[in-house]
Amino acid sequence: MDRNVIICRCQEVTYGEILDAIADGATTVDGVKKRTRAGMGLCQGKTCQRRVQQIIASQTGQKPEDVLPATYRVPVRPIRMGVIGGNKDE
Amino acid sequence: MKNFETEVAIIGAGSAGLCAGIQAANAGAKVMIFDENHLPGGQLFKQIHKFFGSREHRAGIRGYEIGKQLLDEVEKSGADVHLNSVVYGIFDGNTLGVVEGDNHYSVKAKKIIIASGGKENYLPFKGSTLPGVMGAGAAQTMVNVNRVLPGKEVIMVGSGNVGLIVSYQLMQAGANVKAIVEAAPSIGGYGVHASKICRAGVPIKVRHTVLEAYGENEVEGAVVAELDENWNVVPGSEQNIACDTICLAVGLNPMSELAYIAGCEMTYIPLLGGHVPMHDENLETTVPGIYVAGDVTGVEEASTAMEEGNLAGISVARALGLINDEEGKEIADNFRNRMLNLRSGAFGEGRRIAKATQVEAFNEFQAKEGAK
Repeated sequence: MDRNVIICRCQEVTYGEILDAIADGATTVDGVKKRTRAGMGLCQGKTCQRRVQQIIASQTGQKPEDVLPATYRVPVRPIRMGVIGGNKDE
Repeated sequence: MKNFETEVAIIGAGSAGLCAGIQAANAGAKVMIFDENHLPGGQLFKQIHKFFGSREHRAGIRGYEIGKQLLDEVEKSGADVHLNSVVYGIFDGNTLGVVEGDNHYSVKAKKIIIASGGKENYLPFKGSTLPGVMGAGAAQTMVNVNRVLPGKEVIMVGSGNVGLIVSYQLMQAGANVKAIVEAAPSIGGYGVHASKICRAGVPIKVRHTVLEAYGENEVEGAVVAELDENWNVVPGSEQNIACDTICLAVGLNPMSELAYIAGCEMTYIPLLGGHVPMHDENLETTVPGIYVAGDVTGVEEASTAMEEGNLAGISVARALGLINDEEGKEIADNFRNRMLNLRSGAFGEGRRIAKATQVEAFNEFQAKEGAK
């Protein structure tokens, strides 16, 4: 695949940037995420995460089942902080 | 912030969630169902084709008609359906955080059923972020729910049932499907769907892939090329096909974030979409009181999702002591048998084996935990 192909659409992270992150020592989705922001956009990795998992598995030789998704945290959907904080206008 | 309590909380009002709600509420449980969309029914209202199988699985009825039947049954059952309601987290294994419109509240439930469904896989290629490249499911929503044609000249990537059915529905809505591109050596979906497409003159190009989408500000065409037996591009086989829309129908995967957050143990089953929650034969996960049903347990199809919903609904009713055990077991066995019927034949046998592996993984995990 061309290094310029975009894998994470939300943060516009390319295949090449993900390869570089793995070369830099990333062996997990979280490792790639922290180095590149892949999976940190509006969709929270719903689009790119599986691709990132596959790239990590093929580059590092890990079994696909061993490359786990990034750590999920609440909230799992984008919600306005004002709704939770009590003042929805802020 | 308000705090509510209920016996059964269900996340997702699609095929699985609605059936689960109907069963649990009919057994006498207090049921709340949450869905982030403004309409219930999940994928059912996009399905304008007739379903397959036997009469007990509502074969011959169009998907949206099944959706209407389920909504009718839900209303009669007394289950309380909350729309525009995002479940953003599960806390302490029994409490949901919900944002409904501008209201934020928590719901403490004795039993939780996660029926959050699946999401479409993405296929990256040069130009795949251009406007005009979209999931086939998104295109289907545009055409069948919102009555908007996403484009006039379409290339479909993937020849599974989703790719075939959505191609046909786009054609019915007035689009010209230029080609269906399939990387595998054979067509993925049912012959009956593929034949309809072929008779209409649409080429299904097996062992082909999209290399690139090109265009200034939106899709103006695609570079399609042939693949050899090792999935490498055959040099010189590239051809340009003018189009304004490229639909990706390259599978789905479970929407399992909430199951992860709740602490459900996962097992890896590629045929079902990757990492899926382990569950027992009653669809209860490794977190006591949390059940799963439908595509979140592994991607299958709507009929199986409905049966899993039925089973999960009956299972929570049994666990709550609302049905006497003998009667409850008989009903649950019946749903399990109906699922076995759906998971048979050339297209279903693999799924039957995969689902058995999932229950085995659960049993192995529990045995290991018990030994500790």
